[in-house]
Amino acid sequence: MAKTAIAPDLEAPKASYRTEVRGRELRVMLSGDWVVAPVLSVDDELRAFAEASHDADEIVFDMSGVGRFDTAGTWVLERTAAQLMARGIKARFDKANEAQQTLFDKVGEGAYADPVRIPDEPLVVQILARIGAAVLVLADGARDGLGFFGTVVAALGRTIRHPSRLRVVSLISHMERAGFDALPLVCLLTFLIGAVVAQQGASQLARFGADVFTVNLVAIIFLREVGILLTAIIVAGRSGSAFTAEIGAMKMREEIDAMRTLGLDPMDMLVVPRVLALMIMLPLLTFIGDIMGLIGGGVVAVTQLHMSPGVYIERANSAIVFWTFGVGILKAPFMALVIGLIGCQSGLEVTGSAESVGSQTTRSVVRSIFLVIVLDALFAMFFTAVGI
Amino acid sequence: MASGEAIIEVKGLTTRFGDNVVHENLNLEVRRGEIIGIVGGSGTGKSVLLHTILGLKKPDAGNISVFGLDLTTMPDDERRLQERRWGVLFQDGALFSGLTVAQNIQVPFREHLNMNPVLMDELAAVKIEMVGLRGSAAVLYPSELSGGMTKRAGLARALALDPEILFLDEPTAGLDPIGATAFDELITDLKKTLGLTVFMVTHDLDTLRATCDRIAVLAERRVILVGTIDDMLRSSYPWIREYFHGPRARAAFAAR
Ligand SMILES: Nc1ncnc2c1ncn2[C@@H]1O[C@H](COP(=O)(O)OP(=O)(O)OP(=O)(O)O)[C@@H](O)[C@H]1O
Ligand SMILES: [Mg+2]
Repeated sequence: MAKTAIAPDLEAPKASYRTEVRGRELRVMLSGDWVVAPVLSVDDELRAFAEASHDADEIVFDMSGVGRFDTAGTWVLERTAAQLMARGIKARFDKANEAQQTLFDKVGEGAYADPVRIPDEPLVVQILARIGAAVLVLADGARDGLGFFGTVVAALGRTIRHPSRLRVVSLISHMERAGFDALPLVCLLTFLIGAVVAQQGASQLARFGADVFTVNLVAIIFLREVGILLTAIIVAGRSGSAFTAEIGAMKMREEIDAMRTLGLDPMDMLVVPRVLALMIMLPLLTFIGDIMGLIGGGVVAVTQLHMSPGVYIERANSAIVFWTFGVGILKAPFMALVIGLIGCQSGLEVTGSAESVGSQTTRSVVRSIFLVIVLDALFAMFFTAVGI
Repeated sequence: MASGEAIIEVKGLTTRFGDNVVHENLNLEVRRGEIIGIVGGSGTGKSVLLHTILGLKKPDAGNISVFGLDLTTMPDDERRLQERRWGVLFQDGALFSGLTVAQNIQVPFREHLNMNPVLMDELAAVKIEMVGLRGSAAVLYPSELSGGMTKRAGLARALALDPEILFLDEPTAGLDPIGATAFDELITDLKKTLGLTVFMVTHDLDTLRATCDRIAVLAERRVILVGTIDDMLRSSYPWIREYFHGPRARAAFAAR
C-alpha cells in the first residue's frame, strides 16, 4: 500500500528504444514507460530518427517491451511513423496489445492537421498596425461615448417624467457607497493638500512680506479648482473603477443579457442609479472637501503664521465671494456625469474574459481622470469668458 | 496496482456551510479502474462531495484518502505532486477566460513538465481531436465557445496529463445525443486503455447505463446505496425507484 502510494512518475521512469537490423527490416525495440513525462526526453531523438536516412525496406516498431502507455506516447510514435511514411519508408507497429491498439486507433488522423498558428507580421507592420488600431479605438471611443451619453440622457429624462421607474433602493445604496464611504479619504486628502498649499504659499509670499495673502491663495485656489478636482479624481479612482468592475463582471456572466430577457432595462437597473448617485454625491463631497481644505490652510496659518483663528476666518470671508465657491460646486455634477458615464460604459464594453474586466477598469479610470481635467480646463475658459 | 483496490476512500465525512449540513457521516469507496457514477437529486451535495475530495473544501469531520494518502493533512508541495495524477472537469467548464482552448489544455504541461512548444502544440491538437472538437477551435477563447464545446474543451484539459483519476461533474449535460454517445465511448475506451478511474457526477441515464461499473446514490446527507444498475433496479427505496423506474429510465433501459 505504502509503495503504490508514491506517484509512479516520481520514480523517474524512462522511455527508450534501440534499433536492430534484421535483413531488410529495421526493428525499433521500444522499452520503458511511454507516458507523458518520460516521453519528453525521447521526443527530440525520435524527431531526428524520422528525418534520418535509413537503409531498410521497412521499419517496425516493436511494442513488446513497452510498460505503461498513454496518449502522449501514442502520439509521438504515430507521428514518427507518419513522418517516415510521408518520406516513402514503410513503417508499422508490431506486437501491440489490445489496449495499445485501441489507443493507436483513438489518437487518429485528425491530429496531423498542422496546429493552427497565427503568423507573426514583421515588426514595422505590427507597430503601424497598433498605431492605426489605437487611432481607430480613439475615434470609436469618442463616437460610442457620445452615443452612450445620449442613451443615458434619454433614460434620465424618462426617469424624471416617470419617477416610479427610479430604483430608489439601488440609488441610495450607491449614494452610500460612492459618497458616504468616500468621506474619510476625501476629508483626509483635502485637509493635507490645503495645509500643503498654505505652507508653500506662505513661504513664497513671506519674501514679499505678503504672507497674510496666504489666506486668499488657499481660499480661492481651493474653492475654485483644487477642491473639486481632487474630489473628482478620488471618486473616479474609487467609484468609477468599481462601476466598471461590477457591471463588467455582470456582463461576463451574462447577467445583463438575462436582465434584458426578463424585460428589465439595464439602463434603468444599473446605469441611471449609479450616474444619479454620483451627480448627487459629488457636489456634497466637494463641499465637504472645500471646508476641509480651508481648515487645513487654517491650521497652517494659525501654527506657522501665528494668525488667530478669528482673523483667518475674517480674511477668508473677505476673499471669498459667492462665485468663488459657486464655480467649484457648479462643475461637480458635470464631472460626476462624466465619471459615471465612463465607468458604466466601460463595464458594458467588457467581453468574455476576466482580463477584459481588468483592462476596461484601467481604461475607465484613465479616461475619466483625463476627461475630468479637460472638462476643468474648458470650464476655466468658460468662466473667464463670462467674467466670473 | 491491482484493480479492485480502493483508490479513493471517504470515511465519516461531514461537511456543512454554516447551519446547512450537506453531508453527515458519509462513506464511499472508489476502486481503481472503475467508473463510478454519483447520482442524487439537485442540491444533495454531489458537487460539494467532489470539491471536498479534491481538497477545494475542507471537511468538517472525517477522512478522505486518495491513492492511499490522506490529502487533508498533507503539506502543500506534496499535495501538488499528487494533483497532477488527476484531471477535473467542473460543472461549468471553468476554463481560463484569458487563454485560448489550446493554451488552456497546455496549462498542465507548462506547470508540471518542461515540454518543448512544438510537442505541446501537437499534444494539444491530439486532445482536441480526441474529445471531438474541430481543430479550428484551438485558437478560440472560452467566451467564443458554445456550451457543449466548453464541456469538451474542459474535458480535453482534464485529460492533458493522462491522469489516473478523472473527476467529471455532469460531463454530458449540454452535449447533443451524438456527442454524448461519443463521450461515453471515449470514457470507456480510456478506462480500458489507460486504466483510468472515473468519478462521475451525472444525471444522464444513458451514460450511467453505458459507462458506469457502479453507481452511488446520494440522499439524506449520505450515500444510501452503492451498486450496479441491477442493484439500483432492485432497490425498494422510494427515490431510487422513482429515479430508475421513471418514464425516462424506462426509455434508457429499454435496450437492455
Ligand atoms: N459555496 C457554497 N456556499 C454555501 N452553500 C453551498 C455552497 N455550495 C453549495 N452549497 C449548498 O450545498 C448543497 C449541495 O450543493 P451541490 O452544488 O453539491 O448540489 P448538487 O448535488 O451538485 O446539485 P446539482 O445536481 O443541481 O448540481 C446545496 O444545498 C447548496 O445550497
Ligand atoms: Mg452540481
